[in-house]
Amino acid sequence: MGSRASTLLRDEEIEEIKKETGFSHSQITRLYSRFTSLDKGENGTLSREDFQRIPELAINPLGDRIINAFFPEGEDQVNFRGFMRTLAHFRPIEDNEKSKDQNGPEPLNSRSNKLHFAFRLYDLDKDDKISRDELLQVLRMMVGVNISDEQLGSIADRTIQEADQDGDSAISFAEFVKQVLEKVDVEQKMSIRFLH
Amino acid sequence: MEESREGHGLTEDKILSIWMILFVALILLPSIFRVSLGISHFYMKIVVKMLEWATLQIEEGVKKQKAMAPENLISTGIIQRDETPMEKEVVGRCRGCFSLADVMYFSKKGCEAVAEDEVTRRFSSEELLSWNLLSRTNANLHHVSWKLAAVWVTGILIRYCLLLPFRICLSIFSILLLMLATTVVGQFPNGRVKGWLSNQVQMICATLGVRCLSGIVHFHNRENKPQEGGICVANHTSPLDVLILASDGCYSLVGQVHGGLMGLIQKSCMQTAQHVLFERSEMKDRHLVRKKIREHIADKAKLPILIFPEGTCINNTSVMMFKKGSFEVGGTIHPVAIKYDPRFGDAFWNSTKHSIMTYAFNVLTSWAIVCNVWYLPPMVKEEEEDAVHFADRVKAVIAARAGMSVLPWDGGLKRRKVKESFKEEQQKKYCQIVIENGSVGSGSVC
Repeated sequence: MGSRASTLLRDEEIEEIKKETGFSHSQITRLYSRFTSLDKGENGTLSREDFQRIPELAINPLGDRIINAFFPEGEDQVNFRGFMRTLAHFRPIEDNEKSKDQNGPEPLNSRSNKLHFAFRLYDLDKDDKISRDELLQVLRMMVGVNISDEQLGSIADRTIQEADQDGDSAISFAEFVKQVLEKVDVEQKMSIRFLH
Repeated sequence: MEESREGHGLTEDKILSIWMILFVALILLPSIFRVSLGISHFYMKIVVKMLEWATLQIEEGVKKQKAMAPENLISTGIIQRDETPMEKEVVGRCRGCFSLADVMYFSKKGCEAVAEDEVTRRFSSEELLSWNLLSRTNANLHHVSWKLAAVWVTGILIRYCLLLPFRICLSIFSILLLMLATTVVGQFPNGRVKGWLSNQVQMICATLGVRCLSGIVHFHNRENKPQEGGICVANHTSPLDVLILASDGCYSLVGQVHGGLMGLIQKSCMQTAQHVLFERSEMKDRHLVRKKIREHIADKAKLPILIFPEGTCINNTSVMMFKKGSFEVGGTIHPVAIKYDPRFGDAFWNSTKHSIMTYAFNVLTSWAIVCNVWYLPPMVKEEEEDAVHFADRVKAVIAARAGMSVLPWDGGLKRRKVKESFKEEQQKKYCQIVIENGSVGSGSVC
């Protein structure tokens, strides 16, 4: 109907995405409309420019890093599956899921995966460690030009000092998790209320 | 043989004359005297009944199909935003320190914006709560029932085979009439007679234009209609706004010069009334715009000037930033609120997606264009007020009247990128939380 390129999402695809991400049928179709409305090129994938067109994301200090999180390694286009997979990290953890089968793969919105998402915002080179430089980069993105290099450096040093336990002057994932869990409720901070 | 041909000729003549009489009686005369015969209202009632029946059908059908799943009704949002301000989210336990978890706030905000943002959804057509039997609004509907499909097909036949040719003929007639009449009136010497005649011509052609679309417009509070020497300000959804307002009053228009058919229409209008037209390049020169507007409203004999401060078409669900230019020149502002009923047809012109011709075709094949126009009491800038604040005040009044939300974002974001300064604002805000009393980490890192 009309000139939309690929409006119809096949039922099998919806089922697969449902299994993988845990979103409901109607949530998937609504997010698919959202995906197609962002897809100005109408070729079934989103590019970085498509994300940049969202003003609220463009003014987010970590906007570029968040956009990167959607794109698979080294690629410039993300399809709907990838889009949903990334958004799935922010699905709230429901009570009936907490006690689900321990044998299956970990759901994308588990607390551990949410923490991984946040960790990857820092860890650009994907070596499972946040180095001082990587920390400085993220800090610089968040504060802009309002703090001097020295002050920023001292913040970074203090942060590493407090978190680092094995003395390698970098923050590993385990150290990151320990540091964060002491202070924040990860489920609440990293969950978006998706409507049914 | 000849007799039958003559017979055919006679009947053809009769049919033609019947059409002409009907046309003059039912359309032309009422438009000239601006009297409504009630035909449109009757048609609208029928369409409403049909849509209500269709909604019931769809709801029943959906219930049957998705008896298992609880998500039957279409909600109007994808997510529910977390509105806690940055200070509360980021601070956690202490102020004046940085935490590794601070990225979580930004990543959540970012992904919320990816799932649903307030700005880009204003640049595409509003999503309807229930299908209105137009194929273009049917995004996710599966086959519900044969009855509904039959009504839908009948709807298509009526709209495309009956209404469309009729509407196209009428619009061609109105455009030709406009061009002819303005040329004729343009020959008159400047004076009161010419002014009166050109006003009549403008209003008649606009009324005819509105009839073309099966337009049903309800005007409210006519006592507040804009006077000479004032500036009329309205929210912008489509070029039809101009047509609708012009059918009830005469305005000088401010706008950019178009080519093609629009350009011809503009040129004809320029012959009789004093419109302020700009080249695109001139639009950027705000001083020139303001000067021309100021000159125009200073002359009390001139028609009120019609301006759309949003600067671009928005989808009629919210009012975006009003550009302060028209609010700086002084003079009385007459706000007008225009709200379309989306069930009958989508009036929003998505200029990034559709050309004007596609848009016109879509409008001519909708059920109707139904809208409410409210004339609001005039407003004046106060002594201490700056133009931006005044613009926001007017915007709030219009949005409240039309039942739309208010957005501080610029409509120009439809085409342009957002300014860097907004990002810097966010960064500054974060700094104020991380630094306390000018010193950083004076206590410790949390």
